[in-house]
Amino acid sequence: MLEFIGRRTLHSIIALTTLIVLVFFLGRLTGDPALLYLPENATKKTIEDFRERNGFNDPILVQFGRYVEGAAHLDFGKSYRRNQPAMQVVVEALPWTLKLAAVTVVLAMLVAMTVGPLAAYRPASIFDRIASVLSLAAASTPDFWVAIIGILVIAVQFGWLPTSGVGGPAYWVLPIFVLMLKITGTTTQVVRGSMISTLASPYIKAARAKGMQEERIVFIHALRNSVIAAVTVAGDQTRGIVNGAVIVETVFGWPGIGKTMIDAITQRDFAVIQAAVLVTAVIILALNIVIDILYALLDPRIRLN
Amino acid sequence: MTTKDSLNFAQAQPPKSGLSAAFTLLLGDRFALVSLIYLVLLVTAATIGPELLGDAGTKINLRMRNVPTMTMENGFLYLLGGDSLGRPILPMLLVGARTTLMIAVSVVIFSMLIGTTLGVVAGYYERLLGAFIMRAADVIMSFPSLLLAVIVLYVLEPAAANVVIVLAITRLPIYIRVARAEVLEIRERLFVESARASGASNIRIMVLHILPVVVPTIFTVATLDFAGVMLSESGLSFLGIGVQPPDVTWGLMVAMGRNFLTTAWWLAFWPGLAILLTALATNLLSNWLRLAMDPMLRWRLEDTDAVEERRDV
Repeated sequence: MLEFIGRRTLHSIIALTTLIVLVFFLGRLTGDPALLYLPENATKKTIEDFRERNGFNDPILVQFGRYVEGAAHLDFGKSYRRNQPAMQVVVEALPWTLKLAAVTVVLAMLVAMTVGPLAAYRPASIFDRIASVLSLAAASTPDFWVAIIGILVIAVQFGWLPTSGVGGPAYWVLPIFVLMLKITGTTTQVVRGSMISTLASPYIKAARAKGMQEERIVFIHALRNSVIAAVTVAGDQTRGIVNGAVIVETVFGWPGIGKTMIDAITQRDFAVIQAAVLVTAVIILALNIVIDILYALLDPRIRLN
Repeated sequence: MTTKDSLNFAQAQPPKSGLSAAFTLLLGDRFALVSLIYLVLLVTAATIGPELLGDAGTKINLRMRNVPTMTMENGFLYLLGGDSLGRPILPMLLVGARTTLMIAVSVVIFSMLIGTTLGVVAGYYERLLGAFIMRAADVIMSFPSLLLAVIVLYVLEPAAANVVIVLAITRLPIYIRVARAEVLEIRERLFVESARASGASNIRIMVLHILPVVVPTIFTVATLDFAGVMLSESGLSFLGIGVQPPDVTWGLMVAMGRNFLTTAWWLAFWPGLAILLTALATNLLSNWLRLAMDPMLRWRLEDTDAVEERRDV
């Protein structure tokens, strides 16, 4: 176990290092920040001062050296926009995304683990047909579209929920609903498919022959075997939320890491981009390791090597 | 299925060819059938529609700005209303369908070809080359696709082809991982060993012996991935870092309609619905295809009673 975590961490560090280098050089390809920050009528001198102050006049390798040295201390410099350390900007945004992701994933798993087995219990029944089509439709829905239509109908027309921003529980409903659609839909599909196969297997017949209660058979014995598949899909989707709740965060004005990242990208706020990429990458790589450990805990046949 | 049933089946019907058997199965599944019909109509309309209607979908007509939806009073072309520049939405949807579908198809083909090649190699040469490919896949997976999109957009021309590059790169890891996982198992099998014993070269073993076993799985992943690619492209275009005007895609239409949401909801509504329906249809069809192609799963389609029987035996 420890050896596994050690080896995977080492692999992750290699990936992270590559990422840090890539982000620096590729980020510099996206245009000159001086032209974006300063007003269009800025004088040559102002531009020159701006470049000098932020170190854009140094040779690229000197800039890179400074960047690597800072990155080693988790210091990516100041955000040009907000006059705050970039890392602080990202660390402040992070909990918003993590909370959103956690609530979404828990709710989605609960729905999938209930609807999936019930649908699989009588395949092709009315309930199964409705559940299958609804979950497929949920997985096929463009999130940005549901988000803006949801705002239009529920927040603007009926005034039941706030349109955007953060605050009390009411502010969480629409963003979580939109984020939940895809992950709930795909996970339900996978749980259903896996449960149909499991319920046809001999050990379930044996359980039935022993006179075990149906609820116990479905939700304890059979579901255990489908959890692995569910964890794989839910893990992929969680990775997607951490990496790209961008659309939901932008539409709902949610101050999470996705919005921070897209704002930083459009404003060429390199320091924030770099900090945000590093932080999300660490979370995603850690998530991958946690998922692999979960596999081993859930299925004793899987060994961590 | 019981032996009695399979005997009856064999006596009642002469053995069918794969294609007509698949067709019978398709007729039995209404959702898959409707999806197929919808997709065929959509592709036909997207192919010949813009030719028939000329530049109707892209011609600006300021007198028709935001004309209401679901009324024939402005003529058939304006059935779904007009957009903020007075372009009729219905023909615009067809022009958008063309770009949207072409991008999605190209992305799936490119990422499938390149990803499968890399994955097969990674599985076959597990040690050094394989580890390298897998770490590269890790990097791609943790690299934010948005940043990649912006970089490509700024460095290269903002063209639909570059959106294909961005999306194809972000989709590579799926194929690499699936293909590698399959190869790791296949290469231990006896037929690979015997090929090696009879002196086949590594390339020959990979291409002629291993690849054919991997292809069906990869094909399933690709059909499932199609809707995802379409949704990603729409998302990028919605955020303004995907396809750029004057090109038209459904995601871009939703983005343009967003500013008029409270005054002319139909601008954003119809293209979004088109994305939803098309993604749903491809998902339904690929689900069906996965069951129909897999002899281990096909019983789920053949007869709903069989499902019950399997459970109750």
